[in-house]
Amino acid sequence: MLAMQILVDGFVVSALYGLGAIGFTIIFGVSGVLNLAHGGIMVTAAMIAWWAALSFGTYWGALAGVGAGVAAAYVTYYLVVRPIKFSPKIAEEEKEIFILTATLLWAIMIQEGIAYLFTSNPVTVRPLVPGVTAFLGVRTPTNELLIGVVCWLVIGLLYLFVNHTKLGKSVLAAAINPRGLALLGFDLPRIQAFVWGLYGLLAGIAGVLLATFIGASSNNVGDLTGSAFSIVVFGGLGSVPGSLIAAYIIGYFETATAYLVTPAIREMPALAILVLVLYLRPQGLLGRR
Amino acid sequence: MAPADLIDSGGKRAGGFGLLQSRLFWLVAVALIVMATVPSWASGYVLGVLTIAYYFGVFAMGWDLLFGYAGEVNFGPTFLIGVGAYAAGMLNSYAGLSVWPATFAGAAAAVIGGLMLALPALRLRGPYFGLITLVAVLLLQKLIVVFAAYTGGEIGMTVPSVLAIDPSVNYYYALVFMAVSGALLTAMARSPMGLILQAIGQDPIEAQALGFNVTKHKLVAFIVSAFFSGMAGALFVFYLGTVSVGAVVALGIDVQIIIAAVLGGRRTILGGALGAIFLIAASEYLRPIGELSNFVVAAVALAVLLFFPGGFLGWLLHPRAKS
Repeated sequence: MLAMQILVDGFVVSALYGLGAIGFTIIFGVSGVLNLAHGGIMVTAAMIAWWAALSFGTYWGALAGVGAGVAAAYVTYYLVVRPIKFSPKIAEEEKEIFILTATLLWAIMIQEGIAYLFTSNPVTVRPLVPGVTAFLGVRTPTNELLIGVVCWLVIGLLYLFVNHTKLGKSVLAAAINPRGLALLGFDLPRIQAFVWGLYGLLAGIAGVLLATFIGASSNNVGDLTGSAFSIVVFGGLGSVPGSLIAAYIIGYFETATAYLVTPAIREMPALAILVLVLYLRPQGLLGRR
Repeated sequence: MAPADLIDSGGKRAGGFGLLQSRLFWLVAVALIVMATVPSWASGYVLGVLTIAYYFGVFAMGWDLLFGYAGEVNFGPTFLIGVGAYAAGMLNSYAGLSVWPATFAGAAAAVIGGLMLALPALRLRGPYFGLITLVAVLLLQKLIVVFAAYTGGEIGMTVPSVLAIDPSVNYYYALVFMAVSGALLTAMARSPMGLILQAIGQDPIEAQALGFNVTKHKLVAFIVSAFFSGMAGALFVFYLGTVSVGAVVALGIDVQIIIAAVLGGRRTILGGALGAIFLIAASEYLRPIGELSNFVVAAVALAVLLFFPGGFLGWLLHPRAKS
């Protein structure tokens, strides 16, 4: 019974982690940016979803939240990342460090801005579907199952998009070899801008789903970035399948620890494994280096 | 003609460097004299704020040696600070060590902790190294909470000894400590060792091709950074009279240190102190606007980063420099 509970809960938590991390890894693959404002974008989506749901209902709220995620990603790109990328004042080899610091500052601004405009208390969006379903002998909220399904649906759509549409293929190519793509006459800046929108969409959906599941608060900004960062490095920077595998390993370890030991040290075994993996295999599970 | 040109431009550059050095020297001298007179005209409240700022200055300067010079993205300076602070605090509480032995023991503990972190972590580069240092902080934080019986957990614990009761004395301790640390770290950064570190930070492969032992130099940078961070952490504990996660380990402290160092100017060492004083003073000044104060500080820091990437000190020393 407990094993089944861990199996189901871990599956959903991991799927959510995976969805949150995929956008993070795609951005890194395509434009070499580690966006430390990632958690801020997820929480923005969650907060707008909660706020819009108050007056327009849950579904419109969820939609507004996802839209806010896309908007927040674009603002991050055009206000913070792009000026540094094209700044003549910053040496090329230092840009990575500047982007890390700038997105970190941006994350603080998002966190404090949300706390000021809305609230710093955790908010929960009402479940998209009510009720409880017995699944594998475990009584689970239907919404939780829906989250697992939606996550994998989005991941599946992303797979189809990347492998079977022209735009998607060019995104994939940009992740593998941006320079080669530019030499072939593709408009790389346009693809990069598009990828930020795609990233916002993924992070927005993850943020809204998170808000319907365990809630979100402006204080989660750092934690959410940290968990996405860990998962993505664990799986290998730039590798989407690697991120998904890593999300499942970390998600299950956390869930198992929370159920079997105590929720207080939920993250510890996962962190220890992460350290071990990095020492033994610094490029992560499926990383290219 | 050409060799003369070379010599001439070389001479000019050396002259420019000398001037820059002396300008910096005079600026620092004047600043130190002004800072030394603060207790005679400022209130205890101002002294308290500045005392904290000076300790943060040492945190930021230690971080700059690692990040600005060796090019290692250390996201977790509070790992080193926290190890030093908790080691000193616990030795003081449980082993009865008095303030100064405990402080040096804290610094030594931070060096050992730094070595344990650095030896394997220096195999990693860039974001991977950054993540390991971040995880180190999270693990330290969790360990402190798990062993709450000995560490006081999330609330923290009171240490029996303090540096001094009088705010002026505390202020001078912090000021002298910051000045000495700044002088030693600057001397180190400008020594051949510092130049090699800088070369390693900019192009590790070429530095290695030139025959420098990259790992050894980075390790030394890590040890020096750990020593000053740990000692600053320990002294900070004996100033506050308590040791807690929120004061010396929390990720928010890491962020503040990074902001301070970047604001002040990377690869300047002293910029870290300047940035820390500005940051702490600005946060205090903006306290009346409540939650928005952090927002404003972060926005100012972001604007400085975007428009003056060299930070305050870079802007002060070469106002028209394009790079």
